[in-house]
Amino acid sequence: MLCILLGVLALHLLVFILLIVSTASSQWTVEARGHTDLWYNCHSDTQGYHCSQASNEDWIQAVQALMILAVVFCFVSLLAFAYQLFRLFKGGRFFFTSIFQILASVFVMCAAIIYTVMRPDSDKDYGYSYVLAWVAFPLSLISGLIYLILRKKD
Amino acid sequence: MTTKEYIFASSLCLAAPQASQAITVYTSWERHALVGSDIRLSCTFFSWRSISEDVSFTWRYRPDGSKDSISIAHFAGGEAYTDNKGVFKDRVEFVGNPKRRDGSILIKNLDFSDNGTFTCDAKNPPDIVGRPSSVRLLVFENLPIQAGVITGAIIGVVLGLLVLIVVIYYLMRFLVARRVFSLSVRSVPRLWGLCRGLRCFFGPDKNLKTLVFQGRILK
Repeated sequence: MLCILLGVLALHLLVFILLIVSTASSQWTVEARGHTDLWYNCHSDTQGYHCSQASNEDWIQAVQALMILAVVFCFVSLLAFAYQLFRLFKGGRFFFTSIFQILASVFVMCAAIIYTVMRPDSDKDYGYSYVLAWVAFPLSLISGLIYLILRKKD
Repeated sequence: MTTKEYIFASSLCLAAPQASQAITVYTSWERHALVGSDIRLSCTFFSWRSISEDVSFTWRYRPDGSKDSISIAHFAGGEAYTDNKGVFKDRVEFVGNPKRRDGSILIKNLDFSDNGTFTCDAKNPPDIVGRPSSVRLLVFENLPIQAGVITGAIIGVVLGLLVLIVVIYYLMRFLVARRVFSLSVRSVPRLWGLCRGLRCFFGPDKNLKTLVFQGRILK
């Protein structure tokens, strides 16, 4: 039981870290001399390295909001897991932990899909933040489903 | 310093207080407006002296990319004068109240050529030493959404809904536990479904409609 618990907790923490890195770093799109989205557009030219704010368009703001919400829900799920670990009655399921984790995965999925569809430059490459968001989605979904199946035994 | 030198230095300080005071002029930093709309540019100042009769406001306009500025509005001696020859002819109106330190102007029917910097200079004799303050005007065809507005709105709505759901859940649990209202769950099909989800089920005696909530039996 302890092994399973530690494994599930490790997966949860991994998802949390992936979400934070994907949200905070501005590397959703990279090009030869710079990177853009989610928060800053930076490029280097002959005059140096310039950073400006990302565009104000509504879809970028929606992606920002959904990523932040995913991070928040993952954190709340972590807190709910800690709470339910000590307070749940015997045989009970980690219901709230699972709900919040699955909601977090849904938010990440929505954010990644919106970004993929609405991106204006189709010829530029995707950066590591985008890849981490897509990696975090199935991991958080699996983690949420594991919590749903898990039953407290002592 | 000897006592004599000290008294001399302090008397110099008392004799020339005006040199350290200056008038401070305040305007906005940047204003956004739609084509065809009107905009009110505000200008106010802070001065240690009381408002004199000769208080004056001067508004200048410098187009984007130009180095020269022209005067478009002036208030002095209790009279307001506005542009009657230039680009802002009949479009500028002095709407401030100088007695209340307000030297605002109203510009009507904005156009893309009005993009530029408007500088307000206020003087309150004898307090005339001060820096004028500038406000940058940007005229748009449609107003862009400011960064962060939609982000904040989405986050706020979702978190608000979450808090609301949690509060309602605990409220229902509290009210059922305190028997403030007796739930006859069988008769309300939707509540029955909700009850199933919240893991409450009937006890062994179905006629009495006892409610088992979260593993504790309540009557």
